Amino acid sequence: MSIKKIFKNQPEKFEFDLSNKKLADRIINNYPSGKQKSAVMALLYIAQRQNQNWIPLSAMKYIAKYLNIPYIKVYEVATFYTMYNLSPVGEYFIQVCTTTPCMIRGAYKLVEACKEKISNKENEITKDGKCSWIEVECLGACVNAPMIQINENYFEDLDKEKIEKIIDQILKGQTPKPGSYRGRKNSEPENNRKTLMGDKNVRG
Amino acid sequence: MLEDKDRIFTNLYNDKGSDIDSAILRGDWSQTKEICLNGREWIINEIKKSELRGRGGAGFPTGLKWSFAPKELGSRPHYFVINADESEPGTCKDRDILRFEPHKLIEGCLIGSYAVNAHKCYIYIRGEYFNEGKNLQKAIDEAYKKNLIGKNASGTGWDLDIYIHYGAGAYICGEETALLESLEGNKGQPRLKPPFPALIGLYGCPTIVNNVETIAVIPTILKRGAKWFASLGKPKNTGTKIFCISGNVNNPCNVEEEMGVSLKELIENHAGGVIGGWDNLKAVIPGGSSMPLLPKDICEKLTMDFDSLVEQKSGLGTAGIVVINKDQDIIKCMARIARFYKHESCGQCTPCREGTGWMWRMLERMSKGEASKEEVDMLMDVTKQIEGHTICAFGEGSAWPVQGLLRHFKKEIEKRNNFDPLINKNKNIPYLVDQHLLEKENA
Repeated sequence: MSIKKIFKNQPEKFEFDLSNKKLADRIINNYPSGKQKSAVMALLYIAQRQNQNWIPLSAMKYIAKYLNIPYIKVYEVATFYTMYNLSPVGEYFIQVCTTTPCMIRGAYKLVEACKEKISNKENEITKDGKCSWIEVECLGACVNAPMIQINENYFEDLDKEKIEKIIDQILKGQTPKPGSYRGRKNSEPENNRKTLMGDKNVRG
Repeated sequence: MLEDKDRIFTNLYNDKGSDIDSAILRGDWSQTKEICLNGREWIINEIKKSELRGRGGAGFPTGLKWSFAPKELGSRPHYFVINADESEPGTCKDRDILRFEPHKLIEGCLIGSYAVNAHKCYIYIRGEYFNEGKNLQKAIDEAYKKNLIGKNASGTGWDLDIYIHYGAGAYICGEETALLESLEGNKGQPRLKPPFPALIGLYGCPTIVNNVETIAVIPTILKRGAKWFASLGKPKNTGTKIFCISGNVNNPCNVEEEMGVSLKELIENHAGGVIGGWDNLKAVIPGGSSMPLLPKDICEKLTMDFDSLVEQKSGLGTAGIVVINKDQDIIKCMARIARFYKHESCGQCTPCREGTGWMWRMLERMSKGEASKEEVDMLMDVTKQIEGHTICAFGEGSAWPVQGLLRHFKKEIEKRNNFDPLINKNKNIPYLVDQHLLEKENA
């Protein structure tokens, strides 16, 4: 589960950098005038990305001012949704899906690997700051189970050995490749395709 | 098996690329102007004739939903909202549409927005689908560039802007009113209905909310005719549907098939069969985790459409088929689903907030054989306390899978949890009554 605990060491100040300000203003424009509050979720994402993948309180205050809404309204949103990290996470933040469709294909083996390679505890960051992991609910790639998400990318069709290799790569400072780890094409039935055959042949 | 020529999503596995040029080659963005110029009434009537039912889970007739929007544009603007907050365990069809068929969705957005008088369309994507959203944004930009959307979109004289709004990991935002709350920048807690969004929705304005797959099939229906779509499947359960087959099968996959296809064909033909053979099948969740599971003997002859599944006291839901074989512990599987609902309950209604945790803890103990005999019936009672007592359908969604387990596998639970309770309480006292009130008379 994601931690909704507020981190002890909070930076005093937070401000969007120039390019993020531009991005924020553009997003606010997506909504009718006077409805700038709708942009709060997007702005929290921007803050999170700018601040090593977690949101400090000062950022919430800053966003409240930016959107001219009460601070508590930003706090309410930041604490309700699970994807906002209110404490630091690893540079590579591994989210292991363990909901039933992944579970019955061995997701807890992946959890085991995370426990052995990263930390016995969820949300505990490795000493070099490279990696932390959590268990999450369904990530919506059930036909490619078991799978994990690392930052923004999905890693699919895994098993214990494969995730161990991925974690090793991360700990060595390399960037693992997202996608299927059995080399299958997206969500097609592996080696058993019976539909859209004409198209398959076009590509050889 | 559905013939390839009748498939709508011809790029389901991304054989041909999702960019606009490839999409146009596949027939997207053709006749869009002509379709719109046939007029709103024609579009809505044609969708009604096709008998298309919403693909997001509830199966509500799409044409009927559209007809609820006010016919004329009043002082309040109308909004068209796409629900791409796909998070039902077992379901991953919208993801492939966002990744590989974004132009079908965008074209559908234009036709839909035109039909319900909306100048603005918001697509609410779950936050985890960051890359899928990026791909969709690329497609939206391409469409703007070719003037297919934007001012005088596709030459229809109608202005349409499409924006993406990312969620942030809340399953409940797939409920349409919670989604609207989230779009307004609030925490995603469902609203009471009525008023229905068609009259009072986003920012208090008329709003139509549809699932990704529903909207993505609409251009093809209008191009090939309602008759063609209605000729596929069964009466009242027409057309094609993307089925996601996951779990203990040899080749888990997404596949587009005709409505009313047999479950056995989907599993045996497309998904390469149950691991360990058909006789190793224990149960199937036919429509995403919210729908009650069905044991093997029912699965033998089951056809996959809305009405046949309701007959079996289950539902087609999102058509996310989770196959569970005999190597799995069925109680544990359902306990994990109960944990999902406990985690995702928004906490607004007490029966759901408390009940989901209650069900989870009871099932966890039952999977270990730590529950007493009478708790099995108590669990059924808890599901009944939740079902029908909450603002949104999440209550039912969390209670039904547990009811399904009790309906079909009660004997198995009872066998494992077969001891008398440690303390024999007075059986006349309902367990949900506050105990301290019992001391007072007439409490």
